[in-house]
Amino acid sequence: MKLHPILAALRKHKAGVVLIAMQIALTLAIVCNAVFIIGSRIERVNRPTGLDESNLFLVTQQWVGAPSPDTPDGVEKLDAMQREDLAALRNLPSVANVAPTNSVPLLNSTWAGSVSLKPAAILGDKSGTRTVYYFTDEHAFSTLGLKMAAGRAFTAADVQHQGARDNPSRPIVIVTKALADKLFPKGDAVGKVIYSDGSSSPSTIVGVVERLQVPGTGSWVNGFAWNSTLVPTRLDANFSRYAVRAKPGQLEAAMRAVTPTLYKVNPLRVLDDDSVKSFADIRAKAYRADVGMAVLMGVICLILIAVTAAGIVGLTSFWVGQRHRQIGVRRALGARKIDILRYFQIENLLIAGGGAVLGVLLAIGLNLWLITRYEMAHLPVLYVLVGVLAVLLLGQAAVFVPARRASNVSPVSATRAA
Amino acid sequence: MFAYYLDLAWRSLRRSPGLTALMMLVVGFGVAGSMTTYAVFRGMSGDPIPWKSAKLFVPQIDAWGPVQLSGSGAADGAHEPPDALTYADAMALLHDHRAARQSAIFAIAPTVLPAGAGRSPIPVFGFAVDDEFFPMVDVPFRYGSGWSADEDAQGAPVVVIGDALNQQVFGGANSVGRNLDLDGKDYRVIGVMQPWNPQPMFFDVVDTGGFSSDGPALFLPLQRAIVAGTENAGAVNCPKGTQPGTGQAGLRQSACVWLAYMAELDDAAAVNGYRRYLDAYARSQQAIGRFDWPPNNRLRDLRGFLEYQHVVPDDSRVSLLVALGLLLVCLVNTAGLLLAKFLRRSGEIGVRRALGASRAAIHAQYLTEAAVIGVGGAVLGLLLTGLGVFSVNRMLPPRLADLAQVDLPLLSLTVLVSVLASALAGVYPAVRAARVLPAWQLKTN
Repeated sequence: MKLHPILAALRKHKAGVVLIAMQIALTLAIVCNAVFIIGSRIERVNRPTGLDESNLFLVTQQWVGAPSPDTPDGVEKLDAMQREDLAALRNLPSVANVAPTNSVPLLNSTWAGSVSLKPAAILGDKSGTRTVYYFTDEHAFSTLGLKMAAGRAFTAADVQHQGARDNPSRPIVIVTKALADKLFPKGDAVGKVIYSDGSSSPSTIVGVVERLQVPGTGSWVNGFAWNSTLVPTRLDANFSRYAVRAKPGQLEAAMRAVTPTLYKVNPLRVLDDDSVKSFADIRAKAYRADVGMAVLMGVICLILIAVTAAGIVGLTSFWVGQRHRQIGVRRALGARKIDILRYFQIENLLIAGGGAVLGVLLAIGLNLWLITRYEMAHLPVLYVLVGVLAVLLLGQAAVFVPARRASNVSPVSATRAA
Repeated sequence: MFAYYLDLAWRSLRRSPGLTALMMLVVGFGVAGSMTTYAVFRGMSGDPIPWKSAKLFVPQIDAWGPVQLSGSGAADGAHEPPDALTYADAMALLHDHRAARQSAIFAIAPTVLPAGAGRSPIPVFGFAVDDEFFPMVDVPFRYGSGWSADEDAQGAPVVVIGDALNQQVFGGANSVGRNLDLDGKDYRVIGVMQPWNPQPMFFDVVDTGGFSSDGPALFLPLQRAIVAGTENAGAVNCPKGTQPGTGQAGLRQSACVWLAYMAELDDAAAVNGYRRYLDAYARSQQAIGRFDWPPNNRLRDLRGFLEYQHVVPDDSRVSLLVALGLLLVCLVNTAGLLLAKFLRRSGEIGVRRALGASRAAIHAQYLTEAAVIGVGGAVLGLLLTGLGVFSVNRMLPPRLADLAQVDLPLLSLTVLVSVLASALAGVYPAVRAARVLPAWQLKTN
């Protein structure tokens, strides 16, 4: 079929053509960018923390009238209280293991610092690398389900304790593979020495874990989301956190048992509804805004696509009605049904194609503008290509019903008055 | 005449119910999508204290120097100073007292022990502030008031408590003068606030991230909190590679920033004066060798500071853009459908024009028809917006979702946007319809 008559006809309906093309262009530009944003959110939400998250929960509790962690005596008393709690929890029949920790991934409670290859790193030294500390004990590995990549895990002999606000030396640490590779690109981190937080006393890396995310989920951790450092130290303060792994299938039983058990050890403490939280809840809470925004944007994209499709159906239906008689004439002159169908389909392809070209430019322009205003990556070409294909298919799908109605116009209508 | 146009519009719409429903649906969904997103955005970006935000300023002093900060401006002194103050700087600013009112602020999280056997301790969240804080940000009181400058200076053990805490501990009675046990020390209640939870929590966005589901439970005098060693519960940022010493005392001596600061400056002259004062202060610190870099201060007004702190998440801005795009597409779409509908009635227009209707009359008639569609869209839009805000509240974290609310301004805006958008979409089709040539149209028929 020749394109010429189609183009000639389009010139008669400039306004309608321009409106449909504009709609397709805007839809392509907006949906491409929105889907890209939704995609990056989903990627963020689905990244593994490095933990075995099933059967894991966290207990956060606060003692009332506890001794001060700023005196050596107070620290010893607090540590004894903490060890009592840990022993009681480990004795529960539904519990597999327990580790004290200052935080867990996704909890958004962060102890950040920096590690360096040189001692007493001065302010602004470029050799420092940002990291986040987890203060825990030798039970952390089986409790959290961490995988060792090299070296050894902590042993009971490594574990120290300190007041939460003291800053003593850290003779032994374990780092994540991401941090190890950054500090020692040759992959020989085990046995090497680093210095933390501008300290002049060395910390020996005894092991490397495969993966462990930092607790923060905001954009400020973007540069060091995998750079965790594990320190074999129980922190002593007037509050404590315990990561608990329940035996398979006994998560709920273990979570229910925690509060009465801890109150039995020592009733002078605060444990409320928020104190015992499953890791699934921590994850849901950390990413709730991401998921919510992604869903909101997704719904708006769906409405956008539906509206555009409806617009194409509406306007094409109008054109079919308007050209009723011409179609009849063409049929009377020998055009087959399929020719009429093809005519409207090709017409739509031309309009949608024009709109898509404009839409690609708009999509890239919008993306560049968003990059200057907000933290955003470049739109991959694949998204744009899939988007173009999608709007062309959307156009074809939307035009099919009115086009088929057109193809069913009987040749007799050529003889009737309009 | 308008009634006649309404009648015509009604007849015309009834003639093609499918197309009419389609247009109303498009307008309704478009408006509801944008309004729902707008409701979320509005909740987050609203001015928490509109009557005063232009007079409230947040000073920032560069206590770290350019070496601490990377980025393009680091070398030429155009880098941003830290977003909170060190203890030394905050106390110097308080002592110099150059603004009409000012307060240093830090977050605290003490435990309240209610009197009486068998009552469990209540962990609470509040702030340590100066006496001028209360009149500066217009804290609403139910009973009593804030403390005086004297009480502040003497470190008097007084406390201002929130409505919720007053309910919890004192059963909602006027508790002024009664004692409250905080971390084992007795404080005298001097004021009880009305329910007060400004969003964003503008006086300390660095610590609260801007939003919290409950308002502050209590306020303590800053000097008292310092003397008592009340722990800072907010964010502490230290120069790279340094750690504060032990406890609050260590924090006070460190170069770490942990105090928020707010100053009330009444006019442009006062603002300029305060800027000069900050620069003079930084030069004096340079002179004594504490800073070895030129003054690098900022004095943003409250809105500017909230903007700078990205209190409104980028996500919500981007989704507002997407929603505006949706509205635009709906507008274009409705224009296309109206064009089709109006031009189909060329014959009718020809007759009306031939019988003496002016172009203006045709414009008026078709714009009325477009507006009627807008009203239909508005009704649908209202229902869908309600549904949308309801679903958003189920989906988003409570601290964000509480902000998205259906209220009268939102409802009126929905109706207005809907009718205006449809009328706007009707302009071009109406112009085209009025351009129909009566003679030619009648002849071809």
